[in-house]
Amino acid sequence: MTKIIDLPDTSYVLPGNRACAGCGIGIGLRQITAALEGQMVMTVPASCLTVFGGMYPISSVEVPWVNVAFPSTAAAATGLAAGLRATGKADKMTVLAMAGDGGTGDIGIQALSGAAERNEDFIYLCYDNEAYMNTGTQRSGLTPSGARTTTTWAGKRENPKDLPAIMEAHNVPYVASTSAVFPEDVYDKVVKARAIHGLRYIHMNTPCPSGWSFDPKDTVRLGKMAVDAGIVVLYEAAAGEFRLTGRSKTLAKAGLQATVADYVATQGRFKGMTAETIADVQAWVDARWARYLVRDAG
Amino acid sequence: MGTRECGSPISMSKPSAGEAGRTGDWRANRPVMTAQACLAVKKGEVVCQLCWAYCPDACISRGVGPVIDMEYCKGCGICSEVCPANAIEMVPEAAHGVCNVGEGSER
Amino acid sequence: MSDTAIKRTVMAGNEAAATAAKLARVQVIAAYPITPQTSVVEQLSAWVESGELPAEFVTVESEHSALTVCITASTVGARVFTATSANGLAYMTEQVWWAAGARLPIVMCIANRAMAAPWNVLNDQQDSMSVRDAGWIQLYCRDNQEILDTTIQAYRIAEQLHVPVMVCYDGFLLSHTVMPVEVPSAEQVDAYLPPYEPLTVVDPDDPRNIGPVTLADPRANADGVSCHGYMEVRALHQQALLGALETIPAADAEWSELTGREWGGLTWEHLLDDAEVVLVAAGSVGMQLTVAAEALREQGVKAGVLGIRSYRPFPVDALRGKLAGRKLALVFDKALSYGNEGPICGDLKAALYGQPEAPVVFGAVCGLGGRDVTVEQLNDAANRAIADLADGVTDRAADWLNLHL
Repeated sequence: MTKIIDLPDTSYVLPGNRACAGCGIGIGLRQITAALEGQMVMTVPASCLTVFGGMYPISSVEVPWVNVAFPSTAAAATGLAAGLRATGKADKMTVLAMAGDGGTGDIGIQALSGAAERNEDFIYLCYDNEAYMNTGTQRSGLTPSGARTTTTWAGKRENPKDLPAIMEAHNVPYVASTSAVFPEDVYDKVVKARAIHGLRYIHMNTPCPSGWSFDPKDTVRLGKMAVDAGIVVLYEAAAGEFRLTGRSKTLAKAGLQATVADYVATQGRFKGMTAETIADVQAWVDARWARYLVRDAG
Repeated sequence: MGTRECGSPISMSKPSAGEAGRTGDWRANRPVMTAQACLAVKKGEVVCQLCWAYCPDACISRGVGPVIDMEYCKGCGICSEVCPANAIEMVPEAAHGVCNVGEGSER
Repeated sequence: MSDTAIKRTVMAGNEAAATAAKLARVQVIAAYPITPQTSVVEQLSAWVESGELPAEFVTVESEHSALTVCITASTVGARVFTATSANGLAYMTEQVWWAAGARLPIVMCIANRAMAAPWNVLNDQQDSMSVRDAGWIQLYCRDNQEILDTTIQAYRIAEQLHVPVMVCYDGFLLSHTVMPVEVPSAEQVDAYLPPYEPLTVVDPDDPRNIGPVTLADPRANADGVSCHGYMEVRALHQQALLGALETIPAADAEWSELTGREWGGLTWEHLLDDAEVVLVAAGSVGMQLTVAAEALREQGVKAGVLGIRSYRPFPVDALRGKLAGRKLALVFDKALSYGNEGPICGDLKAALYGQPEAPVVFGAVCGLGGRDVTVEQLNDAANRAIADLADGVTDRAADWLNLHL
């Protein structure tokens, strides 16, 4: 595993971009683009990342980037890969699809499922900030239970979809779950995915100060706490072989270091969450964590 | 002012720092580094560098004493939080008497 | 099938479309099955599978993805093809707009079919007419030879102007009807179609962000050069569409030099020279109108046909010129702008408004959802219109043919 000090000192992400202060996307995107050494073309649907990328005629990221319509990310990546093969340029760059949780798990899931079933040759990275943040924090299928959004004023009542599990069920060659606030974990997973052919799916939890309602300085601390509580789990399933990685691997031995109650207390979006809901989410987290431990033990 | 010089009928941007202007103007709090406290400075070699790795805006350069680009630093404070030596303190901009609003060119 | 020689054969309209895509050496094909388009992509799939057509064939999970794949493959410089009908076109509508706004030279065949609800798989032109405003060139064909020739011409036009082209032909009436077709040789087509040079740059050594948020007003780039806002992008797009009024006839003329076949460019005509009553339509119903016009002539009416080949761009000047001094233009639409009238009829009235020698324009709606259109009905409709005109009527509601309410 790469140490933070050994991460490459190249940045394809430029300062002075349009992202909110403390946005987790930047931390992750720096490592994603560095892991691909800029030899890539990314495709991005309507999302926070579109804003991050900047308004015409200036771009904030020094890699080829193709904007596409909201539901079409995985089909767009399919077309890029097919077009590059057809024109003899496939070896020159990796195709990266990068969309948010709504763009991936809600409006984009049909195209993603189709591309996964066909095992198209690209990396799909979902940056999961757990709601439609670009339009002002509406609930998505990946918003956690209890979170208040502008369409769930009393807190969302359902647990989020397990997108990596859905992708595993498509039998794609690589599925990983990571967090933007573990840059070394993001880097290693993208490096590994780069060397694999077929559809590689990486799910990246991405803290959002404005949508989750916390001080931007706490992006890293809260993202790490989500992992310490087992709410976000770092793992990969390469060719079906499952293993916990990084901090989650450590926690498998040491035990979880935080509770759902600890975690929700840090964010305004969970204000008003009842003890009962917290207990329900804790039970859901515990059951999921137990399953990961069983799978990791193999 | 006409736009014929831009040379293409489609929207196709080129990369440049400062797409959103001088984002340092967004800052309410400024990261102030106490060099003597920084682990890299103390050791005299490129160690630690957590502030560099976690900066979402690529505003910090690696080094023996990482350097923060104040032109674009949005003042999120992540560097201050992740610094294991508490070498970076977030100080209100007002305390510096610096408030150059309007000086940056909005494109 | 050898590509080295001109071949005279018989084929259905869908096979003509597929054959044209193959001759154009398309590199990426993405399509989703829908009646009556299906056999276009079945044929192409078979050619790709056998190696006869060296292309990527992507079996997407929806029409939305079919056009998306074409959009991004075209962005990286591949020549692309897709085809659809009716609800398939409606489902990809978001991307129909995207393809045009991104100025990608995609060619898409439309086997025209009625829109649901209720379900109906048969022909009318409501599907493509409903996306007439999306910024594509729309060419309507009257027979299978024209489908083949127009699909090849479409690549020439699209790649020259950086505007996508829909080649529209009537479902079943053409898509599944076998007719004699002359297939040009690969050499002829290669000589006609230069390689595609994209506007887009997808290169890690020269990274660009393609299609980003574009503001209402112009904005300076990092070098201080003022670059267009959204409205300039749209004005340039409109200029390209209007430029097609010259490019389409030029592409047809060059094709004629190569093959001896030309299709009239923007419009076509039959017995129009001295015609006082002009029957107007797009697509295969135009062929029926030629028979109707001949019958009307036997009856003593100076009738002729003016066919619309290019519906977008709408050939306003050509139509004004060809209709000046006529007494009556009767437009047969196989579609409707609900709450108003047939789209071609409405557009023609707008084009002729205020023209000193403009004829009276009447509309007729026919063939919706595959309702039979016979020459007798067309004749009767013409006679009703002529009688109305004789009675001094200058404006009236559309005449619905063969309607049994």
